[in-house]
Amino acid sequence: MHARVATWWTILKICVEERLVYRGDFALGTLMRFLPIVTQIFLWSAVFVAAETKGIKGYSSTDVIAYYLLTMLARAFSSMPGLATGIARQVREGEIKKFMIQPIDLVSYLLLARIAHKLVYYLVAAGPFALVYYLCRSYFPGWPTPEVFVVFVCSLVLSFMLGFFLEASMGLIAFWFLEVTSLLFVYMLFTFFFSGHMFPLDFLPEPWSTIVDFMPFKYMAYFPAAVFLGKVEGPEMWQGLAIQTGWVLLFIVVCRRMMHAGYARYSGYGG
Amino acid sequence: MHPSYLGVFLTFARNSLIRDMTFRTNFIIEAISSVSWMIMNLGFYTLVYQFTPSIADWGKYEFFVFIATTMFINSLVQAFFMPNMQELSELVRTGGLDFALLKPIDTQFLVSLHRVNWSSLGNFFVALLLLAYSLPRIEGLQLSPWQYLLYPLYVFLGVWILYSVMIGLAATSIWLGRNQSLYDFWFYITNFSRYPMEIYDGPWGTPLQKFFTFVIPILVVINVPAQLMAKPLIDADWWLAGFAILATVFSLIASRWVFKLALRSYRSASS
Repeated sequence: MHARVATWWTILKICVEERLVYRGDFALGTLMRFLPIVTQIFLWSAVFVAAETKGIKGYSSTDVIAYYLLTMLARAFSSMPGLATGIARQVREGEIKKFMIQPIDLVSYLLLARIAHKLVYYLVAAGPFALVYYLCRSYFPGWPTPEVFVVFVCSLVLSFMLGFFLEASMGLIAFWFLEVTSLLFVYMLFTFFFSGHMFPLDFLPEPWSTIVDFMPFKYMAYFPAAVFLGKVEGPEMWQGLAIQTGWVLLFIVVCRRMMHAGYARYSGYGG
Repeated sequence: MHPSYLGVFLTFARNSLIRDMTFRTNFIIEAISSVSWMIMNLGFYTLVYQFTPSIADWGKYEFFVFIATTMFINSLVQAFFMPNMQELSELVRTGGLDFALLKPIDTQFLVSLHRVNWSSLGNFFVALLLLAYSLPRIEGLQLSPWQYLLYPLYVFLGVWILYSVMIGLAATSIWLGRNQSLYDFWFYITNFSRYPMEIYDGPWGTPLQKFFTFVIPILVVINVPAQLMAKPLIDADWWLAGFAILATVFSLIASRWVFKLALRSYRSASS
């Protein structure tokens, strides 16, 4: 056990150092990612002016902006750039062999690398995020109650787990179909649209709003933001958190089983 | 002796088509994915128009014409210039630009057009359908022949403005040695052009609107042809249409100058 923890710690340290090499580029990139928010602010202001209404489905014009800002934060936890494509590439090019020979578990290794990646990301991105949130503070309704805040933080951590295991499972499909680029594109479209990254999911009419309730995607952006803004509260909030945990557990199991099934059918040739 | 530029371009286009057709499934998947991305976008705006009759005086079908215009221009840029610009930074990094410089043909022409990404033109046809669907549904719109003449012309001018911005950005990779975030930056800049310019209003919006009209003229790219088609220019807007021609000429000259300037600081990476 001790040796195992030491191995993991070393992996984590190496990954953190690797990520810190390009910190300047990183911070600039993060700040740039807020530019679309600027156009969203103008777009929704125009919508609210033209609609001559105080609220759309319970969202005031400032709520919508706050919602977009919060989904940016949620996506910073749940988005896993390059994870699935990385796994697929390793399977296709045979690099995956090293995980079969070495006593290192593929999924655990990737999880550690991803945690390191995210830790560095938060370290570098904290500045730009704080700056933008401070500039936009008038859009927020104020700090939520401690209870809501705890749920919000938990749902962010869970959204990281969900994002990781869901996308890792997508990548592991490469064991069955070598070329999964198109499949991953469909997955990306789905997450973008149904996670609530594009608009508050409450805006969806029936039957869509019921459909998204049965998909895991909404816990990757919509749910944390809605909790923070008090759009989901009381027992509904705790229920949501429970369902999110359920999705995470499900995909942990799916991911494990797929890895072992994939190992069983994998065959590599050459050096 | 002058090479025949048209002949060379047609050869490039033919070779790219042959290349694309070699990987036919990939070609179809790429076309489908770019189309589905736009369909999602349409879905988003259909949703928004459930809550409001107009956005900054653009009715639903008028806005669909706007989106169709965006699709026309973006598909042309993505088909003819995007793959080349991405390759340019790679050429600089690997020293492959040496070969382009040695050819007895204008370097900017060669690096800008030598690959055509035919699958991006899928959106061009979807845009045609969307235009044909939306135009008859705009209330009180009388189309005159000059609109049919001027619309393609302004779409064409828009493509050239975007090309200028793009080659200007790509030229920076000659100075920086590598510019991987080129595509990101491009996306964030042009993101401003995808909305009607009227939404940029107020103490922050007006300067922003002026900046992206007169300094980097990306707001005229889609707005002018879309207005021309969906809301035939009222008198006050004629100057904008005139300005668009001027802006195109200036952008092309400026970007050519930047490109030449950047080439002078090119130091080969290999040999």
